[in-house]
Amino acid sequence: MVVSENVAASPGASVFADALDVEIGCAGAYRTDEGQPWVLPVVRKVEKMIAEDNSLNHEYLPILGLPEFRSSASKIVLGENSPAVLEKRVGAVQCLGGTGALKIGAEFLRRWHNGGNTKTPVYVSAPTWENHNGVFANAGFEDIRPYKYWNAEKRGLDLAGFLGDLESAPEQSVIVLHACAHNPTGTDPSKDEWEQIAQVMKRRSLFPFFDSAYQGFASGNLEKDAWAVRFFVSQRFEIFCAQSFSKNFGLYNERVGNLTVVAKDEDNLTRVLSQMEKIVRITWSNPPSQGARVVSITLNNPELFTEWKDNVKTMADRVLLMRAELKAKLLALGTPGTWEHITEQIGMFSFTGLNPKQVEYLVKEKHIYLMASGRINMCGLTTKNIDYVAESIHEAVTRV
Amino acid sequence: MSSFSVFSHIPVADPNTGAKPFSDFKRDSHRDKVFLAGKEYVGEGGRSALLPLIRKIKQQMNSDPTLNPEYLPSLGLPHFTRRASELALGKDSRAIVENRVIGVQAVGGSGAVRLGAELLKCRYGDGSSWRGPVLLPSPFDESLSWIFKAAGVGDVHCYRYWDGEHRGVCVGKMMEDLEKAPEQSVVVLSVVGHWPTGSDLSQGEWKHVVEVLGTRRLLPFFLLRAQGLCSGEPEEDAWPLRYAVAQGLELLCAQSFSHNFGLYGERVGHLLCVLKENDNLLAVQSQAEKLVQALWAHPPLEGARVVTTVLSNPAHLVEWLDGLKGIAERCMVMRERLREKLRLLGGTWEHLVKSRGLYCCIGLTVQQVAFLARKRHVYLLPEGCLNVSAINSRNLDYVAESIHLALTSHI
Repeated sequence: MVVSENVAASPGASVFADALDVEIGCAGAYRTDEGQPWVLPVVRKVEKMIAEDNSLNHEYLPILGLPEFRSSASKIVLGENSPAVLEKRVGAVQCLGGTGALKIGAEFLRRWHNGGNTKTPVYVSAPTWENHNGVFANAGFEDIRPYKYWNAEKRGLDLAGFLGDLESAPEQSVIVLHACAHNPTGTDPSKDEWEQIAQVMKRRSLFPFFDSAYQGFASGNLEKDAWAVRFFVSQRFEIFCAQSFSKNFGLYNERVGNLTVVAKDEDNLTRVLSQMEKIVRITWSNPPSQGARVVSITLNNPELFTEWKDNVKTMADRVLLMRAELKAKLLALGTPGTWEHITEQIGMFSFTGLNPKQVEYLVKEKHIYLMASGRINMCGLTTKNIDYVAESIHEAVTRV
Repeated sequence: MSSFSVFSHIPVADPNTGAKPFSDFKRDSHRDKVFLAGKEYVGEGGRSALLPLIRKIKQQMNSDPTLNPEYLPSLGLPHFTRRASELALGKDSRAIVENRVIGVQAVGGSGAVRLGAELLKCRYGDGSSWRGPVLLPSPFDESLSWIFKAAGVGDVHCYRYWDGEHRGVCVGKMMEDLEKAPEQSVVVLSVVGHWPTGSDLSQGEWKHVVEVLGTRRLLPFFLLRAQGLCSGEPEEDAWPLRYAVAQGLELLCAQSFSHNFGLYGERVGHLLCVLKENDNLLAVQSQAEKLVQALWAHPPLEGARVVTTVLSNPAHLVEWLDGLKGIAERCMVMRERLREKLRLLGGTWEHLVKSRGLYCCIGLTVQQVAFLARKRHVYLLPEGCLNVSAINSRNLDYVAESIHLALTSHI
């Protein structure tokens, strides 16, 4: 016996299975107007620099990662002049993508937060990215609960429900917040709504754990996309922020992530990082160098940084254009229903509001693959297919 | 504004004892200081160097316009896992031919161990957690024990392995400990180039061990690091693993490609799972995939791609094997030269050339190791083991003298 006989097959991760088999739409990766993956020009340039640099050593990185990566990555989300940065109470752990950052953060909180009580609730939005649940559960949290977020009827944020769930959350609960471009709904709280959320969380002593996978990619503007995180920090919250550079650098397969920690003071930060180091050691020992080097060189060089911001804006603008075009075409076709949400939502994904039957029609009859939830990946739209998609949606809505 | 910190009760973590020699070395300003406690292969020049072949391949990869930036599958780059499995088991391995092998790309050897530990935890498949026992060879890298515990497998013990007095593997005691282990225990075994002692079992001794593993129904979890660096021949170095597979054992194997490709920072690892039968292969694979999702979701591409490129191209393969032989030879040469120097100063040092690869154990007490660090600025691993590649023409005399002093001074 031993390993083989009794291991049960795990239920398929349906989102990844669906996404692999698509014609239009793709598994959370940006595509150009030609439907191709895009290596950012600045990334290609920096990778060449790295390949030709004979002085680079190829030894193990420090356990917490490349120092210049960690600090520049944290500054990107918090702002260089963030009081927390200036007060030296910001630290970071280089991780394997956003998932890795969530993992290390979750493992830390399970051990050290709220007296190490594994029944401390972790709240994730309803709906949320499929993997949030798995990461926190595998880290040992026993009580992972949804907070109300998406109002399907009005196709927008259920703020009252959200605030209500926060009010009734036990103190010290961990709240997973999407920094911007909420996955999968594309619906973010407004500034005013974030202020209300922060107020309740402060009063109820709830711990904010931000997931920032789309900074720059959502609006095209780095500062705008980081507003919520910066606001919480300005309100003197201690936070974790899991940053992913997969999308905004197009470095999906090099797994570049950063767990930014904002603590009350430097002493707390030091102790936290010392415990994080132990956790990293028993997970992957030390992180991979390539992606972090690319990001670090780019962020720390003014010219390259400007070029990167341009590249990011290119991606964001294309998505915004597709949103605008899709809405315009649906309106022009006179497709029943309101389509404002297509342009009000932000980032890679959009909850179209199509019902399961309409989705099935699109998949079976029109060969347009989208999630059963009606979630569409805007990156899958191109100038060549947008008419077809708009017409197909029109058919789905009018016939089904 | 609340002055309460959610982190205020968190203590500073215990210092990482493994990192102590290096931090002491960094603080040491003595001009003759020598660091012999590292894990990486160090060239004659005193630095770890990128193999020219690897540099060339990275540059080629970089100018390849067809490179796709998208996520790798969770199980890793398919060509990589195939090549990694073949390198470890041999292309014609029964297990591969019979489709009883699962290969998962992991983040370094450590990541492979972590993934293997997580997989073992759910080995019963009924929702309950298997918690051990896991047996590690003494001495062992403390992080191995932590990894199993972090995965929820808390019952971790040692079996006797290194005999400091006789400066070799105490096979008899090892066999005793394995015979006493409860059925279904997992036994961690170093395939070759044991860290930190460098001492391995002979083929005859392996045959006994494999027999006991079979009769006592113990599950081997092999660690295959630096394959090819010890003897200069990957097949020879992998013999124990291949023998176990040929005997029909079910096993796990965590492979690291750090040393034999000089790809330390790139984190190239692989978890092999050899099953007795393949009816449950897809189920086990799906579990592994689910576990990866919760660890790192997808592994990093660069290093795995380099390894795959080398292993898939005959010309690259020849160049790589040559490079390995060069490293293995240099390590053996340094061992012989150290042995000679020490022999001239006094004592018998044959055990230095009996073991192969990067590491060897001098055989020093804790006090002697401390003496070396404090008085001679020579830094060894706590058990008196050292990385032979860090010895070179410039520091050989000093190192030999220092060891001699440590043994002969009244400490």
